[in-house]
Amino acid sequence: MGRIYVKDARLLSAVLAQPTRAAALNPQGWAALLTIAQAERLLGSLAHRLTGITVPPSAKRVLDGARLSAETGRTQALWEAEMARRALAPLNCPVILLKGTAFVAAGLSAGQGRQIGDLDILVPRDQLDAVETALRSAGWEWVKPDPYDDAYYRTYMHELPPLIHRDRDTMIDVHHTILPLTARITPDAAALIADAVRLENGLYTLSPEDMLVHAVAHLFADGDLSGGLRNLWDMDQLIRDHSSTEGYWGRLQTRSARHGMTKHMSRALRLCHHLFETPVAADLAGTARRGDIFYRGRLLARNGWGQQTQALLRFAFYVRSHWIRMPPLMLARHLWAKGRRS
Amino acid sequence: MRRDVEALYAADPRTGFRICPLDSLTAYYHRRSGVTHVVADPVPQILTALHGTPLSLEALLAHLVAADGLIITEDSKAALAERLEELCTIGLVLRI
Amino acid sequence: MKHHFSVAVGPTGFRIGAAWRAPIAALEQLYAAYPKPEEGLADFTVRLEPQTRLRLWLRPSVAINGDFMLPDALPLPLAQGVLAAEMGMNLQMAMGQRHFLLLHASSVERDGKALILTGESGSGKSTLSALLGERGWRFMGDEFALIDPVSGLAYPFPRPISLKNEAIAVMTDALPADRFGPLLPGTPKGDIRHMIPAFSAIAAMSVPARPALILFPRFGYAADVRDMGGSEVFVRLTQASTNYVALGERGFDALSNLVTQVPARAIDYPDTENAVALVEKLWAEYT
Repeated sequence: MGRIYVKDARLLSAVLAQPTRAAALNPQGWAALLTIAQAERLLGSLAHRLTGITVPPSAKRVLDGARLSAETGRTQALWEAEMARRALAPLNCPVILLKGTAFVAAGLSAGQGRQIGDLDILVPRDQLDAVETALRSAGWEWVKPDPYDDAYYRTYMHELPPLIHRDRDTMIDVHHTILPLTARITPDAAALIADAVRLENGLYTLSPEDMLVHAVAHLFADGDLSGGLRNLWDMDQLIRDHSSTEGYWGRLQTRSARHGMTKHMSRALRLCHHLFETPVAADLAGTARRGDIFYRGRLLARNGWGQQTQALLRFAFYVRSHWIRMPPLMLARHLWAKGRRS
Repeated sequence: MRRDVEALYAADPRTGFRICPLDSLTAYYHRRSGVTHVVADPVPQILTALHGTPLSLEALLAHLVAADGLIITEDSKAALAERLEELCTIGLVLRI
Repeated sequence: MKHHFSVAVGPTGFRIGAAWRAPIAALEQLYAAYPKPEEGLADFTVRLEPQTRLRLWLRPSVAINGDFMLPDALPLPLAQGVLAAEMGMNLQMAMGQRHFLLLHASSVERDGKALILTGESGSGKSTLSALLGERGWRFMGDEFALIDPVSGLAYPFPRPISLKNEAIAVMTDALPADRFGPLLPGTPKGDIRHMIPAFSAIAAMSVPARPALILFPRFGYAADVRDMGGSEVFVRLTQASTNYVALGERGFDALSNLVTQVPARAIDYPDTENAVALVEKLWAEYT
């Protein structure tokens, strides 16, 4: 077999979309695939997708390791959610799990093999103080006592400053909406909470449509698009789980509009379809726009050694992500404060 | 938080743990959390009593006296309440 | 990447890419006797790269990146590139290995049975295993002992031994020069010189051994042997393991089997000759 030159993460998205494509890979191709997947935090998801497909023994060893890691991660994530549930139970307020923890708690495909970081929960804004007090009396403590960060979080962000549990060393992010208060898009937090779905243990997840809206918000506005491939993979899996339900696309359209995210939803659906061959409703996805190609370039900017490529494009997206979240004057203040401290 | 006398304490069933007696201490692997606890008496006795059977503080104390020969002193109840509080904090026991 | 090198150490394959030729050349020399990864496919990727483009030429310093990275790992000067590679490989094992319980320990084998030496750095476990490896034992590794959770067997990870400071002279006095890499002075861990394990130890790097004795050595004290309770052994081994928590229940099984089935002792020793004598005595007693 010839030498495979891997210039971007298209290899990964192609195999995730259609796992049988892995059969054509030589050892260099496998090395690139596994390294890119690890760098994009998608190795566990890839391992899950490749279950039942014959792979070389050494690739199998790596994939088995990733499955075991994901299993441990799942146990830990669910336990963190349970400990938060116990701490917050006396408040009788809805506690909505977000992102990875929500996917595994609800048994969704997006949770299979997924690497899960901190625990993210959404609570009603008027309960924020009570939640903070309850968590602190159950052993969670402030991470950074830096007054600038603290004020920044409390004034502008959509979450409390992160808390770490003093014994378990795990982090919790308490959100009261899904985008920073400064962002130009303002999702309807009350609607997110009103339509949340109750799980058996008393915790909640967002409704299927809001889950997708949150994934889109996270992809475009919460950061500089790094790790965006995993976000899109979450979306692909969420769509495949839910889109066969009667009226899904109609509800998705309504929800996107309600949260002011119609355009973002369209672009995300187009990217999903392009990268993962996701079946999407054509009217929601809309027609290709000129910017799509830059987004694709940014999302796939990773070579076969796991290195990020396209530095210039990455920087443009970094500034852009802050631009979305903050009015210009505030951006200058923020970048200055960051620069001064580093 | 409910702290009245009616509170019941529960632990995961026996199958929720891997247990390895070491010496005077015992290692407990708690399956649900993935956390290992190395514990001293009377924690193994407390957990054995609570596996799958929620008990009140009074009932647990009576059980420990009957099954494990615990000798009651005047601060036994307070001491047991304290142990249970610690076990709740680490998640091995749930107050319901 | 521009320069690269692959190698198998024990059951694990590594692929190391570098922005410079020098560290790769040094690795090729140090690992000349080692096989390539099975099917040419490594378990882990390590990258040695400049922090910024400029640092490729200007006071070049090597950042250690790869599948698993530490956000606050300090870069090393280019002259210590081979050390950077080694640290990168260790990091992949410590954070990424899921098939074995990793103990931060050295190990040697005789008659199919393994002796595991574990302790803080400075306990002398590395030097001791290097020395035993030249005196009738098979050297299995000076950094990680790999315990298979299914069989309970210890697998070798016999990468070149990194001798530090005073230990360097102990070994260079005893062995020919071609068993050593170049001296790396002034590293964050002091002077370092790599020693290549005996060829027979490298050739047998996929042959496991049944753990038969665990010792917790302490250097710089009068010779002494101390019994240890099961709970002390258990707790100290969890502390010596880099992936005990990550392995979940399999980690607990591996560790509780090890603790309940294998005798363990703490030993103090004033010098390496005393240590070797102590080890032989205890080995005869417990196996």
